[in-house]
Amino acid sequence: MSGQTAPSLLLNDEQQMLSKTAHQFIRDRAPVARIRTLRDSKDETGFSRELWSEMAELGWLGLQIPEPYDGMGLGFFDLCVVLEQSGRELMPEPFVSTLLLGTQALLLGGTDAQKKALLPGIASGETIVTLGYEEAGSHGDVSKVATTARKSATGFELSGEKLQVLDGHLAERIIVSATTSGSGYTLFLIDPAHSGVTITRQFRIDGLNAAIVQLDAVPVGRDDIIGEIGGGAVLLEAVFDRAAVGLSAQMLGAAEQAFADTINYIKEREQFGVPIGSFQALQHRAVSVYTELVLTRSVVLAAARAIDDAPDDVPRLASLAKAIASETFKHAAKEAIQMHGGIGVTDEHDIGFYIKRAQATYMTFGKPSHHRQRWAELHGY
Amino acid sequence: MSDLNAFREEARAWVRENAPEALRGTSGSGPFEGYWGGAKCEQTDPDLLRWRDLGIEKGWTAPSWPKQYGGAGLSHAHEEIIHAEMKAIGVPRPVAGQGLAMFGPVLLEYGNDAQRAAHLPGIARGEVRWCQGYSEPNAGSDLASLQLKAERDGDEFVLNGQKVWTSHANLSDWIYCLTRTDPNAPKKQMGISVILADLNTPGITVKRIDLISGYSPFCETFFDDVRVPVGNLVGKENEGWTIAKAILGHERSSIGRSIARQPGSAQREVVGRARKHLGVAEGVIPDPLLRDEIAALGMLEEAFHLTLARIQQSAASGTPGSEASITKIVGTDLKQMRFELGMKVAGADGLGWEGPGFDEDDLQYTRDWLRSRASTIEGGSSEIQKNIVSKRVLGLPEGKK
Repeated sequence: MSGQTAPSLLLNDEQQMLSKTAHQFIRDRAPVARIRTLRDSKDETGFSRELWSEMAELGWLGLQIPEPYDGMGLGFFDLCVVLEQSGRELMPEPFVSTLLLGTQALLLGGTDAQKKALLPGIASGETIVTLGYEEAGSHGDVSKVATTARKSATGFELSGEKLQVLDGHLAERIIVSATTSGSGYTLFLIDPAHSGVTITRQFRIDGLNAAIVQLDAVPVGRDDIIGEIGGGAVLLEAVFDRAAVGLSAQMLGAAEQAFADTINYIKEREQFGVPIGSFQALQHRAVSVYTELVLTRSVVLAAARAIDDAPDDVPRLASLAKAIASETFKHAAKEAIQMHGGIGVTDEHDIGFYIKRAQATYMTFGKPSHHRQRWAELHGY
Repeated sequence: MSDLNAFREEARAWVRENAPEALRGTSGSGPFEGYWGGAKCEQTDPDLLRWRDLGIEKGWTAPSWPKQYGGAGLSHAHEEIIHAEMKAIGVPRPVAGQGLAMFGPVLLEYGNDAQRAAHLPGIARGEVRWCQGYSEPNAGSDLASLQLKAERDGDEFVLNGQKVWTSHANLSDWIYCLTRTDPNAPKKQMGISVILADLNTPGITVKRIDLISGYSPFCETFFDDVRVPVGNLVGKENEGWTIAKAILGHERSSIGRSIARQPGSAQREVVGRARKHLGVAEGVIPDPLLRDEIAALGMLEEAFHLTLARIQQSAASGTPGSEASITKIVGTDLKQMRFELGMKVAGADGLGWEGPGFDEDDLQYTRDWLRSRASTIEGGSSEIQKNIVSKRVLGLPEGKK
């Protein structure tokens, strides 16, 4: 806390109601076992568009989108309330691609025309917008951009390859980073329907959908630039901060659910004639996970609050939330498997999905060690 | 809420107007830092004494206690604000100690009017210092096995036995004790009573215990036919375990809070020591592994402070529940992590016990590091706290211990 007065870390009445409703809806309609069904059926979409539309109708997709663009005009904090619940069942719907990457890039760097063109469709659940930043040589360093934007008569021509672009297989628009001569890199909005774009579906451990996006002299106009020319690094950092906080909210929900399932399991599973949850060796480890969950909730709420109320505090609190939520989720997922014993490592049981998602989220938007180095820099050492 | 905001302004103004300059920035403003008072107190620092007197006059040594007992009759939320404003400029609370943080609140809840009137004003004014008689040689983590005997004899209880880890008994005036009043009770938690004793009563002997740090904050306290009036029994005879647990709750949350100090201070301390010992006066510390460890500490510290704030925001009552156990587990882990890292960056400079070749700050730090090893033991070990959370929060079945 930079000031002496801590930000409010409580949900108001409406937010509590939203949390409850979302919890119920997602538990009933989107159980984690869907990840297995979608995987085994090689589902073309990889998630449920119906469910996505229903959530749009409930107002959840447009919670943070301003009213002029057909959203509810609430805060990022409100969005995080829903994200946390979506994390509980590891929902594969395009929360990260569309609400965290696409929407935040548009809100932070988009022109009024770009926002008008895309945000209403996002709020209504029809439009998927994603952002491609991972490349073959980037190894988590998004400033290493091999994709190029060459000046042309009408604008730019983009060439290069982005990997693991979330929901890239069906996005209406893809935002990509590309180097612009002498000025770092810039974010561009591309239409994947263009003939120079090749999309190849990728399959990951965590049930999120991704694609390779190859760009071969794809023409983009000046009005497809998001933010400033050469301003990609600053804009992407701000987008990633928000995305990291939103992802941390999902991780919090996922870790809570893996933990709750595990506690229920060790209360019921009997060995040596007693529930294994009566063993102190397991109890103390369970409490360690629990205390981490308590801490994680505090940092996620504080970071989400800062996005709405204290922009100067966002970088350090986003790093705080991402580092802590990543470690907590991973720890909770590992302990969940261990405490489930043999059944925990079978594909038949759902608990194994949590460690796969934990690994993926750990590596997304900066792993904890990256955020600790950044935290150190932000604190002057 | 607006009432509290207005009060925050008022508290801020008063603290900033009245707190002696010399005391600012000297304290984490925890419940155990500053002027402990009592008849044996030899404090002569005029600033501490003036600050004590101003606090007493305002009723802000115990803001949430009723006015008739030396408080200001405010709510716990108001009290939190006052303490936060003192912490904001790093001045200690005007009076500190176990009487205010642990015993007083419980006497308010469980004592009778005569006991409140007899003991609370002295605590609020810093005139009477209290210590706690809980642990015994054979009752540590298994506190309910305690054996200090209290036998009724007419209008008196006769106490025989021994307490251990009685903090600062040598500097205290009174002790609140857990005693065994019914040795034949069907469960060991039954048959325990809380009895108060003036430490000047004949038959009480206090002996200091030397710790690995060289400090002696704890004592052994022996009771040999010690006679105290029956009026010194708090609550009902044989039903003291509930009161004991309430005091423990206050103790745990106080330990957690006293560790909290100012947000960011643990990180600043370790960064400062790293700079000093590695000779890097400013800028980036050129060791990414060390930076990673310090950042992990700084992040845990921030998460801990945010969690304290969240607990405080959501707490309706003033009595700490199981969140006190979480606070103690995390707070003491944080404290030990801070000292371990602070020692690590010092290397061989941190190995001095006393004498030439070591600077004063390092000698002090090393002693404090050794002292910090007790923090996960005192006030209920981390393992006991985990048992409590396991049972009360997670609802896990009790097993064989």
